Amino acid sequence: MLRRTGIFLVSLALASILVFAFMTVLPGDPAQVALGVNAEPEAVARLQERFGTDRPLPVRYVDWVSGLLTADFGVSYVTQAAIGPQIVDRFLVTLWLVATATALALLLAVPVGVVAAVRHQRPTGAALSGLSQVGIAVPSFLAGMLLIALFAVHWRLLPAGGWTPPVEDPGRFVRGLILPAVSLGIVQAAVLTRYVRSAVLDVLREDYLRTARAKGMGPYLALIRHGLRNAALPVVTVLGLQLATLLIGAVVVERVFVLPGLGSLLLDGVANRDLLLVQGVVMVLVLAVLVVNYVVDVLYVVIDPRLRRGT
Amino acid sequence: MSMGEVRADQADAGRDERGEPVLEVEGLTVGLGGLELITELAFALGAGERVGLIGESGSGKSLTALALIGLLPEGLRARGSVRLAGVGHDLIGASERRMSAVRGRRMAMVFQEPMTALNPLMKVGRQVAEILLLHDTEPDRESAREAVVELFERVHLSDPERMPESYPHQLSGGERQRVMLAMALANEPTVLICDEPTTALDVTVQARMLEVILEGVERHDSALLFITHDLPVVATVCRRVMVLYGGRLVESGPIAEVFTRPRHPYTEGLLESSKFEESDADGRLPTIPGSVPAAGRFPSGCPFRDRCHAASERCTEWPGWTGDALRGFACWHPRGGDDG
Amino acid sequence: MSAAESAALSEPAAGDAESVARRRRLNPNLIIGALLVGLVVVLALVSFVWTPYDPTHVDAEARLAGYTADHWLGTDKFGRDVLSQLMVGARTTLFVGVVAVGVAALLGTPLGMLAGMASSGWVRELIMRGSDLLLAFPALLLAIMFGAVFGASTLTAMIAIGIATVPTFARIARSRTLQVMQTEYVMAARAAGRSRRAIAWRHVLPNIAGLLIVQASVSFAIAVLAEAALSFLGFGTAPPTPSWGRMLQEAQELLAVAPRLALWPGLGIAVAVLGFNLLGDGLRDRFDPQLDDRR
Repeated sequence: MLRRTGIFLVSLALASILVFAFMTVLPGDPAQVALGVNAEPEAVARLQERFGTDRPLPVRYVDWVSGLLTADFGVSYVTQAAIGPQIVDRFLVTLWLVATATALALLLAVPVGVVAAVRHQRPTGAALSGLSQVGIAVPSFLAGMLLIALFAVHWRLLPAGGWTPPVEDPGRFVRGLILPAVSLGIVQAAVLTRYVRSAVLDVLREDYLRTARAKGMGPYLALIRHGLRNAALPVVTVLGLQLATLLIGAVVVERVFVLPGLGSLLLDGVANRDLLLVQGVVMVLVLAVLVVNYVVDVLYVVIDPRLRRGT
Repeated sequence: MSMGEVRADQADAGRDERGEPVLEVEGLTVGLGGLELITELAFALGAGERVGLIGESGSGKSLTALALIGLLPEGLRARGSVRLAGVGHDLIGASERRMSAVRGRRMAMVFQEPMTALNPLMKVGRQVAEILLLHDTEPDRESAREAVVELFERVHLSDPERMPESYPHQLSGGERQRVMLAMALANEPTVLICDEPTTALDVTVQARMLEVILEGVERHDSALLFITHDLPVVATVCRRVMVLYGGRLVESGPIAEVFTRPRHPYTEGLLESSKFEESDADGRLPTIPGSVPAAGRFPSGCPFRDRCHAASERCTEWPGWTGDALRGFACWHPRGGDDG
Repeated sequence: MSAAESAALSEPAAGDAESVARRRRLNPNLIIGALLVGLVVVLALVSFVWTPYDPTHVDAEARLAGYTADHWLGTDKFGRDVLSQLMVGARTTLFVGVVAVGVAALLGTPLGMLAGMASSGWVRELIMRGSDLLLAFPALLLAIMFGAVFGASTLTAMIAIGIATVPTFARIARSRTLQVMQTEYVMAARAAGRSRRAIAWRHVLPNIAGLLIVQASVSFAIAVLAEAALSFLGFGTAPPTPSWGRMLQEAQELLAVAPRLALWPGLGIAVAVLGFNLLGDGLRDRFDPQLDDRR
């Protein structure tokens, strides 16, 4: 447990160094960029002093990281606006999207995956399996576009985009969230279905399932009582890995549905060459990925008693 | 004797002094697609009788057990008839619902691999309690828990009070196997099937396990079908033995007789190869020439004829059973005198 | 998530009958996958020799044409022929996939093998931790970062996706290498004093090749999706070079008017991804049915 936490923290630190190195060290000096190539050196030096970019790199790094700990991401060189508050606002939007999409995905994937596994030799199982293959092949933004074409343009049932905070108008909030969450979630569901199916198939072959049957349990009861927890293990792992993909996939979906999330903030930052902003957003995303992986590791130990120390 | 009469006679074997047989198997055939893995098996078990089923890997021993309890792997089909005392219907072809009532209650099984037969994520006590609650042997969790402790005592597990709280990976192979046994005997089954229960255990632990099995079946007067390839083990545990090869019963009878005066060349070969003290002039141990063919690839007629030194033209035709249910064999050229 | 090796002492055929049958049967996954991939490849290859029009040729007269004899799949808002764009876009898709997977395999495989064979625990730990760290940077994110710093282009996209996929290859190479190192064959070779390098070439590489090919196919599919997303966002191939992702992005604003503009590049992407995934699954069944005989 301790070891895992240690690894998590070290990875976090290393990642922050990587991000910093990438976004601060590699690109050019922001003061230079702001003023242009032909600017006078004194003007550049003055701006550098204001930005704080004249300090040595290690100092700037420590400054940045310590700021992170208090959710202070600095002030943008380009927009002069504080970065932290923007990130926090946008993060919530992305969080809503990702959370809903994941919930949808699980709700769909678990039953479908189980049925696909139990009936894997019958047509139903094969059909479900094939369907999930197709589901994976459709990028989420394509799914989004198709859904917009259908539900927003053709039938005019749901909005094609835009965001309403939940407190402002819950009804519109929900309606605005449906299509993006589904676009993101459907693809996730397809991926998860395959893993659920495979995990359940593995479990079906296990000896202890046979023991459960020999005790007098019917096939479904045996699976539920003895199989699900065991099948959950690989599924949890995949879910964790997928969450990283999901977070990033949200970037694209936010573009399609014009949602003010972290993804669009990132893209805007890049478009504006606002590298400090990009640095901050990237760090947050990486942090989220690392946290999720950490939680998955811990969950693994919780589910599987064999991994606990000292037993 | 005609086949029908022979089979009825074999079924009579279980009747000896104890009355009606508790398990009657007739014409049991297990196939996969077009291949037959077990052909026309017929035998019977009396109450409390201990019968061994021996043969090498690939003979069909485990499949027989799985066929009886109705847990054949996907794709395999069984036909024939299996009747169990106290159960109104044939076990072959019975619906899942009916079989669920039988398994773990009237017929129980202990499998070979203790390492994987228990759910690694569930405490062992709960897994055993489950079988009690499933068949309403105990009304609730409390009484089930107490019953589990008692069951653990009976199989001589150390610390029976605390062991139910352990997880399988915390137990040794021998302990796990005893947990499986406790589970199997929990509902006092009419028939207990043990499929190579000691094969995966250390030799030192084996003897203990056999003791515990014997104690268990004696206490409940359960019939025991003990499947193994280990001849000394079966001699310790069982009074009657059946020899399986290529999915067919080739010999059966009281152990004392079969092991001292085997009639079928295969039985003879088995016995010879388990005699480690004897070796020929070159210092080699006796073996049966050739090897067991892949499942379903046995030659027609007598499955053993490819490896048998006594084989002849005739053996392309299945010999049929000679003898009765108490003692018999299926061979054209049996050892110790020809009758055929 | 390794498959459990079943140590059945009796009747192997019974349980394995299904996988035996599967191995013999010509794998539907393999066939369909190969067909779909082949379709995309043919499209790309043909585009080198012939396309109905120059895909970048703007024709103001023929804007937003439907399915006509002149333009089989219609034209976009600039009057550019959709079919031509589709064909040349196939080139981009495959190109990115090849380079990305190539980078990942060429970097990841030796790293993984090294991690599996190294006697120094230090080296092993270093590689594994590095690989895990890289996993915190998904392909899309890395590509955006690269694009932000180096400017967005096909090249940065390919390299970024490739680097992000390195851990996957490294992990597979490592775990299989570990397995191979335990085989008696290799133990004998080591006992005979053969050099590390010789063992790596002779024994390890041939044994991991199969798995790597399977992974290459699957990663190709992922790369295609990533490239499409990047182009959609404007981070991938720059105009005027056709790219399916960008075609989709351009189609988005015209969704109400001409949904067919989204259909074809979308179909292209789906076919390519599906094809590579199925191909990977099919190859997996072929190469090591023990491992994943029911995926």
